[in-house]
Amino acid sequence: MPCTVTMTVNGKTVSREVEERTLLVTFLRDHLSLTGTHVGCDTSQCGACVVHVDGRSVKSCTTLAVQANGASVTTIEGLAAADGTLHPMQAAFREHHGLQCGFCTPGMVMSAVDLVRNNPTPTEHDIRDGLEGNICRCTGYHNIVKAVQAGAEAMNSPSAKAAAE
Amino acid sequence: MANPNGVGASVRRLEDPRFLTGRGNYTDDFKRPNMTHLVHVRSPYPHALVKGIDASAALAAPGVVAVLTGADMEADKVGSLPCGWQIHSKDGSPMKEPGHFPLARGRVRYVGDAVAVVIAETKDQARDAAELVVVDYEELPAVTASTRAVTAEAPQVHDEAPGNLCYDWHLGDKAAVDAAFAQAAHVATIDLVNNRLVPNAMEPRAALGEYDPSNGEYTLTTTSQNPHVIRLLMGAFVLGIPEHKLRVVAPDVGGGFGSKIFHYGEEAVVTWAAKKIGRPVKWTADRSESFLTDAHGRDHVSHAEMAMDQDGHFLALRVSTLANLGAYLSTFAPSIPTYLYATLLAGQYKTPAIYAEVKAVFTNTAPVDAYRGAGRPEACYLIERLVDIAAGVAGLDRAEIRRRNFIPASAMPYQTPVALQYDSGDFAKNLDIALPLVDYDGFAARKAASKAKGKLRGIGFSTYIEACGIAPSNVAGALGARAGLYECAEVRFHPTGSVTVFTGSHSHGQGHETTFAQLVAERFGVPIENVEIVHGDTAKIPFGMGTYGSRSLAVGGSALVKAMDKVERKAKKIAAHMLEAAETDIEVKDGRFTVAGTDKSLGIGDIALQAYVPHNFPLDELEPGLDEQAFYDPKNFTYPNGCHVCEVEIDPDTGVTQVVAFSAVDDFGNVINPLIVEGQVHGGIVQGIGQALLENCVYDDESGQLLTGSYMDYCMPRADDVPSFTVRYHEDQPCTHNPLGVKGCGEAGTIGASAAVMNAVVDALSAFGVTHLDMPATPEKVWRAIQNATPALAAE
Repeated sequence: MPCTVTMTVNGKTVSREVEERTLLVTFLRDHLSLTGTHVGCDTSQCGACVVHVDGRSVKSCTTLAVQANGASVTTIEGLAAADGTLHPMQAAFREHHGLQCGFCTPGMVMSAVDLVRNNPTPTEHDIRDGLEGNICRCTGYHNIVKAVQAGAEAMNSPSAKAAAE
Repeated sequence: MANPNGVGASVRRLEDPRFLTGRGNYTDDFKRPNMTHLVHVRSPYPHALVKGIDASAALAAPGVVAVLTGADMEADKVGSLPCGWQIHSKDGSPMKEPGHFPLARGRVRYVGDAVAVVIAETKDQARDAAELVVVDYEELPAVTASTRAVTAEAPQVHDEAPGNLCYDWHLGDKAAVDAAFAQAAHVATIDLVNNRLVPNAMEPRAALGEYDPSNGEYTLTTTSQNPHVIRLLMGAFVLGIPEHKLRVVAPDVGGGFGSKIFHYGEEAVVTWAAKKIGRPVKWTADRSESFLTDAHGRDHVSHAEMAMDQDGHFLALRVSTLANLGAYLSTFAPSIPTYLYATLLAGQYKTPAIYAEVKAVFTNTAPVDAYRGAGRPEACYLIERLVDIAAGVAGLDRAEIRRRNFIPASAMPYQTPVALQYDSGDFAKNLDIALPLVDYDGFAARKAASKAKGKLRGIGFSTYIEACGIAPSNVAGALGARAGLYECAEVRFHPTGSVTVFTGSHSHGQGHETTFAQLVAERFGVPIENVEIVHGDTAKIPFGMGTYGSRSLAVGGSALVKAMDKVERKAKKIAAHMLEAAETDIEVKDGRFTVAGTDKSLGIGDIALQAYVPHNFPLDELEPGLDEQAFYDPKNFTYPNGCHVCEVEIDPDTGVTQVVAFSAVDDFGNVINPLIVEGQVHGGIVQGIGQALLENCVYDDESGQLLTGSYMDYCMPRADDVPSFTVRYHEDQPCTHNPLGVKGCGEAGTIGASAAVMNAVVDALSAFGVTHLDMPATPEKVWRAIQNATPALAAE
């Protein structure tokens, strides 16, 4: 039976009729054409599909769209400022070459942002531990760790904090 | 002043903004009006006859458009997926080359072999209906292990390949090797397995087929590393579509590591089905499907022996390898355990005589083909493990035995006894840089400190060499390649001075859009943001052989240089005309064309404009336009080399191995973008560590089922499994035969790392009498090795 789900995605209210079994990632990719969120596995292991639901990172491949009914969802497309200025974490990934093929990147960046929100000054160990649920096959994680450290510093700067509020 | 975005600068990648903002365009992101979704019905059995397929229930299910089978493809005269490389056995007979159809015809040969496809309005509908397709299988006995496949009682995978043998090949001088062994003072021996791996690019394979009846043109959008190769193989051999009616697009591709080189049946199925049903057809693999059907890597079982003189000088190497090719020949499969493996068995050493035998067999498993390194990691792992054992036998330090046997830089170019001629390299120098970098002298103290806290510490070396930049077409052809292996580039200056480069190389993470643009910025002094690199579309790019074997810069970049040479020659003619000077008087520097000894000059932008506004050109001598194309065919392979050093700490109570330090000293020739090169090394190292400690593709030889078919079972390296790395390179030994002096860096990490890790693990366990462990060195395997140690040693 189709059902109607309504949620705020990247600041815009959207409403669609979907099958109950529709996954949040399918809703985002197929119904809203927000294809920045990726599907890299079918066992909730790789983290390519991570988005924020009400400010917390979730794997959208393991969340039903109806579970996000009424929620506020942010995807990678909604992370940069309205004028296109990259989020400090996005900028840090570029500066430190924390991405290669780009496929795991949206999920990795969304996870990293959530990690830093919960732990503003993470150590290398904290970062490696915190990103254990996101698999990258290209970078060997070395530059991802550097990027998240730099991204955390940038997110902690007064101007970034002001922008986030 | 050097161009800030030119050669040698760590330019931040131009492609990153789209990936960081979710605007990459991967194959599964594409939607077309009226598009359908395709799901495969795959064999749950490793070996079975297909007695019948009943699609009636599926056809009646909601949203189903069609169910198609191998019989439908046969009726439409769809051909077999071709193999791109032919190997001949010792006796001169050609390899066995059984048919490999996109959808099985009467018999399936591995779990995941495609039997039928269901096409529906939505993916969920196609998935639901695929469950309703009833296939009548008659199970046959199966074999998945290569060691059992060669036994007399093994089930036969293909009737036309008796004993499951694809080929029985050899390389080198057997008589010379036998003679050297007869005189050896020491012999080191090893038996090892190079474990089977699943490449696991993070983007699962996908393919979108379209057919336009108005002009008879097909378009295939696919996750490929080499769209022109797919167009050629699929068009000419499988579907019979002439190339001018077939466009293949490989848009943003989420990693390849070799697994997206090959022409897969799904590409042919969606292209064929699009015409058959008159609508676009998209297929995207689930990860489970990727595990079952992506071409796997490695899977060698080898025996090797090294003969030495009294002083530990290598006299001869003898290698015997059994390679598992899976159920069918994937595109380049036969070349991997032969010409990309045995030719590298000299390693960095002046071993005068080498003989290698390789038997390649069919089994009821997914096809095995190139995976990052492709043959060279198998060679490096074998040699470097054997050299460590040789050090023990000869009573030499493991760094010393390597140094004692290195080919000296002064011997370059060096002809090895296994076909290759190394052009350059200073292997002792790599080691000289590495030893202080890793504080080799301080290792004993670190080992003692580890011991004090109950841990075992080990250090391991891997002094690797690889052959990249494949290849000189004439050499590859002589070795059995059925294609040339050049590359193509086109450089188009636009009237306003911006530049579009069309390259046959393909980037799926390597950063060509930046590195190639740096070459143009450096050469012509144009701002890097005015250079666009176009790749991955047969409709735009003249031709291309794609990206694999670390060939993009060495071959594709060289083609770009050749095209830029042509642009410069043409621009010089235009400048001479505009400046009313003789062409021979024009001097070119940083994109300015100056009449020698004068201040009369033109920039490349002015010249580009004139090229397209040729109001007073002498048209008999000078054509309008500034757009040049070049093909580059290399003179030799390139030979990246280096020294990797790994230090591990093992907890003897749990068997857990931790990589506590990993350093890489590499010679990639000249480096265009250090940031990108280092990133390639990091990623490569982790794939090597993954093979050594974590990853293992396991089939159950009794049931034929893939036991490691998901990320729950196949252990991918994660951020908390690996450390940060120390990476150094030197540019003292540029490649001598390509215009950029580059060697390639994409596979080095993976080639070097596994051996360094395992040498460190075995070193840590040496106190327990352990001389070898097969990969992956899982906690269980390490713990058992410790438990099985002789009590006297364990008590020490």
